[in-house]
Amino acid sequence: MSAVSHREAASGGLWSRMSLGQKQVIWAWSFLAVPLVFYVVIRFWPTFQAFYLSATDWTITKPAAFVGLENYWRLFEDPLFWQVFRNTFMYLILGTPISLLISFVVAYYLDRVRFMHSFIRALYFLPFLTTAAAMAWVWRWFYQPVPIGVINDVLSSFGIPQQPFLRSTSQALPAVLAPAVWAGLGFQIIIFLAGLRAIPVTYYEAARIDGLSEGAILRRITLPLLKPTLVFLVVFSSIGFLRIFDQVYNINTNDPGGPLNSTKPLVLMIYQTAFSSYEMGYAAAQTVVLFVILLVISLVQLRLMRDR
Amino acid sequence: MKAAASPPGLVMPHIRPGRILAWTLLFIGGVIMVTPLLFMLSTSLKDASQVYDLRVIPEAPTLDNYIEILGDGRFTRWLINSTIVAVIVTLSNVFFDSLVGYTLAKFRFRGRYIVFIAILSTLMIPTEMLVLPWYLMASQFGWIDSYWGIMFPGMMTAFGTFLMKQFFEGVPDDFLEAARIDGLNEFTIWWKIAMPLVTPALSALAIFTFLGNWTAFFWPLIVTTSAELYTLPVGLSSFAVEQSIQWEKIMTGASIATLPTLIIFLFLQRYIVRGVMLAGLKG
Repeated sequence: MSAVSHREAASGGLWSRMSLGQKQVIWAWSFLAVPLVFYVVIRFWPTFQAFYLSATDWTITKPAAFVGLENYWRLFEDPLFWQVFRNTFMYLILGTPISLLISFVVAYYLDRVRFMHSFIRALYFLPFLTTAAAMAWVWRWFYQPVPIGVINDVLSSFGIPQQPFLRSTSQALPAVLAPAVWAGLGFQIIIFLAGLRAIPVTYYEAARIDGLSEGAILRRITLPLLKPTLVFLVVFSSIGFLRIFDQVYNINTNDPGGPLNSTKPLVLMIYQTAFSSYEMGYAAAQTVVLFVILLVISLVQLRLMRDR
Repeated sequence: MKAAASPPGLVMPHIRPGRILAWTLLFIGGVIMVTPLLFMLSTSLKDASQVYDLRVIPEAPTLDNYIEILGDGRFTRWLINSTIVAVIVTLSNVFFDSLVGYTLAKFRFRGRYIVFIAILSTLMIPTEMLVLPWYLMASQFGWIDSYWGIMFPGMMTAFGTFLMKQFFEGVPDDFLEAARIDGLNEFTIWWKIAMPLVTPALSALAIFTFLGNWTAFFWPLIVTTSAELYTLPVGLSSFAVEQSIQWEKIMTGASIATLPTLIIFLFLQRYIVRGVMLAGLKG
């Protein structure tokens, strides 16, 4: 009994002899202990593993053997990859400017509207809360020919000929992109609204006293002061469009990425290589390429936007 | 006088025709935005014979589709799976992201900066790149087809940690010092003193994490193979494939997947919009 109390006294003594700073250090590392294990095991280790796997011929059935850069050479010689590469950038090049233009215009005018402001804002925001996999089916239904498809039904009532949409290699990609743009608008509008509110009122007052027109105020005050918001949204939505998957996979389940691979983005190619063909090493090389694309695009955009 | 003191949006000297036109166009745009949702809901209330009737208000609305689909048990199971996954991952993020964010914001110790940079750097790594190693890990440890298998990659996020760190930096040190003098231990100080001061950020983090996991498709599709363990989006996708062209059934499934978040929004609109703004501006 005395031994126990002695030990308690000793450990208590050690703790009480520590300075506040030393105690803080121990507290800090004990708070970080579990999260650090998580980040090492679930983030850092898999990152290195992905690079390693991309240099192997790992499939589900046979053990991985080191093949160097072979997967990358194979990928760069694969015509499907270049088709997919082009599609992925089409999603980016169409999706980012279109969605940012629409959301900025809506936010710019919505910011001035008081009557039913939060109701109208809610109408634009609701699609953001939907599940992409579910909405792809709703849009897929919209794109059907008459008498099922709503869009073709509206077109025919105006005497416009039927459109093939998802059945056409040229129309399918924009048709798949539309629900992605639609679902993302609400988020972008809310962020633009927050950015617009952050601009000090005094700037506008000064500009009005100087007699600037509304257009000049927009160009010289609103847009320049909105730049941090714009940079964030450009990078954020670009990454989103480059990683598109849920909509593409669900809108054409008979032939995901079809017709004739005309809508297939890189993430879908990765999924099919890994989980339909089971060529895990080859798929890992594709994920590394995706990583490089995302990194380069983000860095280029940050650089361009900062300089201007 | 009043106009000068309010932001430009509130300056309304007189109602101009331009204003009315802008309002009308915004309203029409808003209605177009929710049209897909309206069609989805209205078709889910039609029986098979009315599906080709494209009126938004069903002539003879019926809940038969819901009764049939929820009655066969699979959707109920997927609803429960999605709820369990989204709630546990959200709680985990609220706890750990804020604990780490707080430690990085309020403690002074060697290695703090390195830990911060290391966690932040994981933001650059896209999920897709980690999916194959995660899949390998899940198959080795038998996590395929388990809740833990669906949840483990998202239990903590660098985004949430960064967001919480930003907010904890705004908590005055004096508060924490006063608690220290009162003899509270550091865990209690964090949980009882600091956490209540950042509730707006916590709700933003919770909203984003819940929504992200509720709608997640890519990873649950990979890590679940039996219908028992599907989450709602994956289950809906497989259900829709097997229904082929029974659109009223598919729209009912899509409504079941979508309605929970829409209903939550109706009750929490202010918090959700504020949360998105906070996360977007600080994140």
